Amino acid sequence: MQKVIGETKKAFLTGNEAIAWGCLAAEADMMFGYPITPQNEIMHYWTRLAPKYGKEFLQTEDEISAGFTVCGAIQSGIKAFTATAGPGNVLMQEPFGMAEGMRLPFFAIIQQRGGPSSGTVIYSQQEVSLTCYGGNGEGHRIVYSTATHQELYDYTIKGFNTAWKYRFPTYLLGDGYQAKMREPLEMYEPSERGIDIIKPYPLLGLEGHIGTDREPQHLRNIYSMEEELYDVVLKNDADYNSVRQEITEYSEFNCENAEVIIISHGVVSRAAEDAVKVLRAQGIKAGSFRPITLRPFPREQLLAVLEKSNAKKLLITESALGQLERIVKYEIYGQTLPIETLFMPGVGIIDYDIIQKIKSII
Amino acid sequence: MVAPATPKSWYLPSKPHKFCPGCGHGIVLKALGETIDELDIQDKTIFGCDIGCSLLSWDFLACDSTQTHHGRTTPVMVGIKRARPQLITIGYMGDGGGYSIGSQHLLNAAVRNEKVTLILVNNTNYGMTGGQMAPTTLPGQKTETTPYGRDPEKTGYPTKGPEFLSELTPDGAYVARATVSKYKQLRRFLRNALRNQIEGNGFSFLEVLSTCPTNWRTNAQQTWHFLEDEMEQFFTVGEFKTPFGKGDK
Ligand SMILES: Cc1ncc(C[n+]2csc(CCOP(=O)(O)OP(=O)(O)O)c2C)c(N)n1
Ligand code: SF4
Ligand SMILES: [Mg+2]
Repeated sequence: MQKVIGETKKAFLTGNEAIAWGCLAAEADMMFGYPITPQNEIMHYWTRLAPKYGKEFLQTEDEISAGFTVCGAIQSGIKAFTATAGPGNVLMQEPFGMAEGMRLPFFAIIQQRGGPSSGTVIYSQQEVSLTCYGGNGEGHRIVYSTATHQELYDYTIKGFNTAWKYRFPTYLLGDGYQAKMREPLEMYEPSERGIDIIKPYPLLGLEGHIGTDREPQHLRNIYSMEEELYDVVLKNDADYNSVRQEITEYSEFNCENAEVIIISHGVVSRAAEDAVKVLRAQGIKAGSFRPITLRPFPREQLLAVLEKSNAKKLLITESALGQLERIVKYEIYGQTLPIETLFMPGVGIIDYDIIQKIKSII
Repeated sequence: MVAPATPKSWYLPSKPHKFCPGCGHGIVLKALGETIDELDIQDKTIFGCDIGCSLLSWDFLACDSTQTHHGRTTPVMVGIKRARPQLITIGYMGDGGGYSIGSQHLLNAAVRNEKVTLILVNNTNYGMTGGQMAPTTLPGQKTETTPYGRDPEKTGYPTKGPEFLSELTPDGAYVARATVSKYKQLRRFLRNALRNQIEGNGFSFLEVLSTCPTNWRTNAQQTWHFLEDEMEQFFTVGEFKTPFGKGDK
C-alpha cells in the first residue's frame, strides 16, 4: 500500500483539503460527486490527488446519481464515498435511504449551508434533522459533528471505518466555516496511531461458481409482507442499539460544579468553550457539553454530567432554529431543569453571543 | 436616431447588473429584453431562473419573475403554463441546470411538447460554483473537476442539446442554438422562440453559446477566441427545428 502521508506532519489547510487527505489516508478508492458549495474543494482536491494515488473520480449528473453510484460501487466491493451540502443533501436522502435499508457501508461528508431551499452557500447547522433522521426510515445512521480541522481529518478516517464495521450509513457533519477556513492540524498515517483501516469487501460479484462454490446473492430493499419489513426494521434497530454505546462520543468542559451548562455541537461548541472560560474568569460557574455523535446521541453521558454538576439551567445554542434542541429534549425526557435557548439559524455564533445570553438568564 | 440602450423591460433599480465583466449572460438578457419589448409581452411574461449564474437575473427584468432550485426551472415553468396558458413563460438556465441535474425535466417537457420557452446558456462550465466540468465542457478543456483536461473516454463527449431535443419533439416545436457573438441572429432566434409560444405551436428551446472569462481564466481576446474558434466549431449554430419556414442554418 502506497503511503499517502508518510511521516506525521503539521499542515495548515482548509477543511475541505484536510478531508480530501483524510479520504486518501482512509484508503478510499473512488469519489462520486456533484458540485455544490461549500463542499466543492473536497472534489477539487480529490480530482487533483486521485490520479497520483491510482484513485478514481466521477462527476455525476446530480446528487441522486452520485449517491446511487456510491451504493453500486460499495456493493461491488470498493470504498466509495461522496460529499454534498444543503439541497444536495436533500436529494441524497433517496440513496441514503437505500444504504440504510440495505445496510450499506456508505460514508458521506456533509458541509452544511443555509436553508431552507437554496438558502445560502455559506454556513449553518440546519442539516441536523435531515442528516440524522432524513428519509422514510428510522434514522439508523451514525453522525459525527466535527469542530476542528484536526477532527475533520480524524473523523474522515474514523467515519469510513465506522461505516464498514457497523454497516450503518455514516456521516461527517461539517459546515461551510469548517470547509473554507484554514487551520493547523496534524496529518498522520492511520497505522502510526494504531488505527487499522478496515478493508472493503464485495456484496455482489463474489468469488466462485454459483451453485457449486456459493449461493447467488439476492439483495433487496422491498418486501412483500408487512411482517417481513417489520422484522428487518426491528433487527436493524436491535443491531443499532447493541453498538450504540461503543459508537457514542461526546466531550465536556468544566461541567463539575457548573450551575449552567451550555449544550452545543460542531463549530459552535468552540464558542461555547471560549464562553465558559470567560464566564469562569468572571466567577460565573458555566460548563459545556458537546455531543460529538448526534446519532447515536450520548444520552447516558449527558444525564451523568447533569447529575454530577450543580446545574440549575441548560442553555442550548445552535446555528439552527431548534434542531439540536429537539434531539436533546427527546433524549433527556423527564429532566425538569429549565432549558434556555440561543438559536441563530444560518448565522455564526461567537463566545460574546453566548456570554451575553448566559448573563441574561442567570 | 440612436435606439435607446436600455430595453423598457429591464428593471432599472437592479442595474448595474451583477455578472462578471465580459460575461455573456448580459448580452443574452439584453437581447431578451429587446425581444420582450418588440413583442409587447412584458405584462404577461413570467420569467423563471435556475440556480447557477442565471440566478443573478432574478430581478433583472421588469417582468414578474420567480427563481427555483438548481435544475428545476423547467417543471416550475410547465406548472405555471399549465395553470394559466395565457401567460408567456420563459425559463432561463445554465448548461449544468438544463443538461445535467435538470435533464430529465428537459427531456420530458420536450416529449410532451410543453408550450414553454426555455433559454439555456452554454458557457461550457459550472460558472456559479467556481468552474467545474459541465455536460458541455469541450474535450481536453481544463476545469476544476477535470484538472488534467476533459477525457471523453471517462466522461463522454459534450451534450448537444438542440440536436437531441429536435429529435425528441413533435411538430410545432422550435429548437435552435445561437451565440452571443452573432447578436442579430440571437435576436431573431429569441423572437422565434417566443413567437412559437405566443402562437401556441409547441415547445421552444434556445441554447445560447456564451462566455465565462472568470472561470475560463481568459482575457478579452482569448475569451472571444474560445467562443468563436472552439465552441462555435464544436456546437453548430442554427435553427434545428422550426415551424417558421426552412430555418436559419
Ligand atoms: C441540488 C443542488 N445541487 C448543486 C447545487 C450547486 N450549484 C449551484 S449552481 C451550480 C451549477 C451552475 O452551473 P450552470 O447551470 O452551468 O450555470 P452557470 O453558473 O454556468 O451559468 C451548482 C452545481 C445546488 N444549488 N443545488
Ligand atoms: S462566473 Fe462566468 S457565467 Fe458567472 S457571472 Fe462570472 S463570467 Fe458570467
Ligand atoms: Mg454553465
